[in-house]
Amino acid sequence: MSISFTVNGTPRTTDTDPAKPLLWVIRDELKLTGTKYGCGVAQCGACTVMIDGVASRSCVTPVDSVEGAEITTIEGLSGPEAAAVQAAWTEIEVPQCGYCQSGQIMTATSFLTETQNPTDEDIAFAMDGNLCRCATYTRIRAAVRKAADSLEA
Amino acid sequence: MGELKPTRRAFLAGSAGLVLAVSLPRRLRAQSNAQTFVPNAFIRVAPDNTVTVLVKHIEFGQGTWTGLTTMVADEMDADWTQMRAEHAPADASLYANALFGIQGTGGSTATPSSWMPMRQAGAAARAMLVDAAARTWDVPAGEITVSNGVVSHVGSGQSASFGDLATAAADSTAPAEPTLKTSDQFTLIGKNVARIEVPQKTNGTAQFTIDVFRDGMQTVAVAHPPKFGATVGSFDATAALQVSGVNKVEQIPSGVAVYADDTWAAFQGRDALDITWDDANAELRSTEQIMTTWATAARDGGLTAEETGDLDAAMADAAQVIEAEYRFPYLAHASMEPLDAVIEVREDGAEVWTGSQIPTTDQATIAGILGFEPPNVTINTMLTGGSFGRRAQPDNQFVAELAAAAKASGPGNYKLQWSREDDMTGGYYRPLTVHYMQGGLDADGNIVGWRNNVATQSILKGSPFEAMIEGGIDATSIEGSTRMPYVLPNSKVTLATMDSRVPVLWWRSVGHTHTAYATETFLDELLEKGGKDRVQGRLDILSGDAGRDRAVLERVAEISGWQGVDAGNGIARGVALHESFNSYVAMVADVSDDGGQPRVHKVWVAVDCGIAINPSIIEAQVAGAIGYGLSAAMFEEITLLDGGMVDQANYDLYRILRNTEMPEIEVSIMDSSADPTGIGEPGTPPIAPAVGNAWRALTGETPKRLPFVRA
Ligand code: FES
Ligand code: FES
Repeated sequence: MSISFTVNGTPRTTDTDPAKPLLWVIRDELKLTGTKYGCGVAQCGACTVMIDGVASRSCVTPVDSVEGAEITTIEGLSGPEAAAVQAAWTEIEVPQCGYCQSGQIMTATSFLTETQNPTDEDIAFAMDGNLCRCATYTRIRAAVRKAADSLEA
Repeated sequence: MGELKPTRRAFLAGSAGLVLAVSLPRRLRAQSNAQTFVPNAFIRVAPDNTVTVLVKHIEFGQGTWTGLTTMVADEMDADWTQMRAEHAPADASLYANALFGIQGTGGSTATPSSWMPMRQAGAAARAMLVDAAARTWDVPAGEITVSNGVVSHVGSGQSASFGDLATAAADSTAPAEPTLKTSDQFTLIGKNVARIEVPQKTNGTAQFTIDVFRDGMQTVAVAHPPKFGATVGSFDATAALQVSGVNKVEQIPSGVAVYADDTWAAFQGRDALDITWDDANAELRSTEQIMTTWATAARDGGLTAEETGDLDAAMADAAQVIEAEYRFPYLAHASMEPLDAVIEVREDGAEVWTGSQIPTTDQATIAGILGFEPPNVTINTMLTGGSFGRRAQPDNQFVAELAAAAKASGPGNYKLQWSREDDMTGGYYRPLTVHYMQGGLDADGNIVGWRNNVATQSILKGSPFEAMIEGGIDATSIEGSTRMPYVLPNSKVTLATMDSRVPVLWWRSVGHTHTAYATETFLDELLEKGGKDRVQGRLDILSGDAGRDRAVLERVAEISGWQGVDAGNGIARGVALHESFNSYVAMVADVSDDGGQPRVHKVWVAVDCGIAINPSIIEAQVAGAIGYGLSAAMFEEITLLDGGMVDQANYDLYRILRNTEMPEIEVSIMDSSADPTGIGEPGTPPIAPAVGNAWRALTGETPKRLPFVRA
């Protein structure tokens, strides 16, 4: 069965097992490796991508469910929210091992696209689904705060 | 350094440039490249003026790339923006850890073991660049200055970049004893220079092992026995081979390997295997059965590891004797990148891409299995999504499986990819441990007796490092319970070494993970029973030579505004002090009771790790270590069910700390001129006892069985 969608604006078609999670199509077929595998069961957020603008867990998204969808990965992230988030991430030096960080940045970008003037509590809650085993959480919160403030300015 | 043969160069297979060995000159060979200046095994100066440092330690989040590069850059007087870093290849003759004798990362040694060698390498490079300028400009070397990567001679008005001088510097003679800076001359050390690999970890381009794809590469998933020590009895691969994308199935020593076109097919194929396991040598006991056996052994006491005074007499005379038993579970490292490695096997050798924490023995293990000489196995150390000890197995378990899977299939490219479930149920845990403690108080509430009986499984026993066990005592089992900074006049620490078939391993801060909790909560309880303030009571019994312990405790009391355990508004405070890996850390934690569970609001930390090379990275490491330790204290537990199966296979049942559970953290770094010591681990041990002590202040009870929140 042939399944078509766009990834970072480029049309893509795959003939793979329709039950294969989108994560493995993105990584193993398209070789877009910024999106990571952490758990495979929607627990960690390392695999977060945008599907039609909504942050989603690609590890539990069967590829046949994204027929016709627009998918954005870390490699194709753009727009003012993404720029603000990535600038804050770099300035505050959030990453340690870095493995979870694509997912963190996708979630933060999606959150700030939806939410103006978030409180600190909103920020921690929004980022709660993304595990970081290096526990960079305090810097994640600071970076989302900074990005939010810079978008207000 | 004294044997340096400065005019010859060593060629390192697999690296882009040529390198001259500073430390071990026997590999030196003639140079064939005059463009890139390679003063030694650690540095390459390219004509484009970039300076690349070959980092002999794996970067898995702790900041070694930036830290080691800073040491070189400072001694070279380089500009930080021209600096680059990459992992050094596996070559123990060039890159051995000065504290291990082989190439490896662990025990928070990357910084201390590199401090002198990296600075010497940088200073030698600087001297050779200066010499090149002096010869080129025909001026005295002593009149040349170097600053921000620019070499200048004021008298003649000449100046040049390092890149300009690269070709000429290849003919310079390396100084046998390069002059090092004094600490007041540092320009980069002690500053928050920009962390090198942050941009690539922020835009998705950082390359981890899982991101390596090779032509014709097959992905391998292995079905492992569900019980530790079990083996393959028989299997039927028919259904697995029908999965689209699965190419073949082979039995290997550690299980049954499925070879497939991609990860999903390999996982699907593995799940379709029909295997009968042979449990003849399997561990069949549950956690509860093991824990009960360990607890009995702890009560009985084991081999004496340390003793002062006459404990039995002191306890007989004590006005009060208090006892406590502490139970600690198996813990998984649960790094975000599941274990993975890629190998290309050719007829004449192999090339490997993985997060290698002990490249020397990984290389030897792979070579042995495939029948090559170690130099014919090249290891490319990749950026790695955490390790916390898991990628440093004394038996090189993971690359052994990689090599066995490749050998069973023949020449080609293979990626061995563990799933999260493989990683979490695969053992190599922090050992399950019990401490049985007794404390004696005199009529004035002073501590007159201290007993700490530890029962745990040895990490080193049965491993290639077994020779490090002295007199039956594996130091990694008891570290932190001996050589305490307090004066305990009559004390005894014993160790009962227990056996199980569950493989165990070092886990961020190793023995200190349990010893700090048992000692610092029990001490705290004795101070309370004796009517003492928890900070002043500790200060009163710190020994005279525990000046650095004292200083961090005083500092944390100061920055937290310590006034005792009650912070008002339903918040209690706990304090803890613990040295590990020669770094000294004290913490105060503010905790409330959130529906029967601790909620940690804020943690103040004072840390002394010698000269602070990069305060921002130290602050990040300490915060991360607190998150790691707090996660374990609050939630983490691997349990074996009746029959020996592991109960937790993924993050749903093995709960780790999330963002909303992470406290605010304030770190104060002590000024120091002492040589730098480790910082990857020392932040972990004190957090659990600080929170446990606050919990006792809130509820009257120290949690005695970890984790605090049990499923
Ligand atoms: S890999 Fe998808 S949530 Fe963990
Ligand atoms: S930075 Fe290592 S898991 Fe988040």
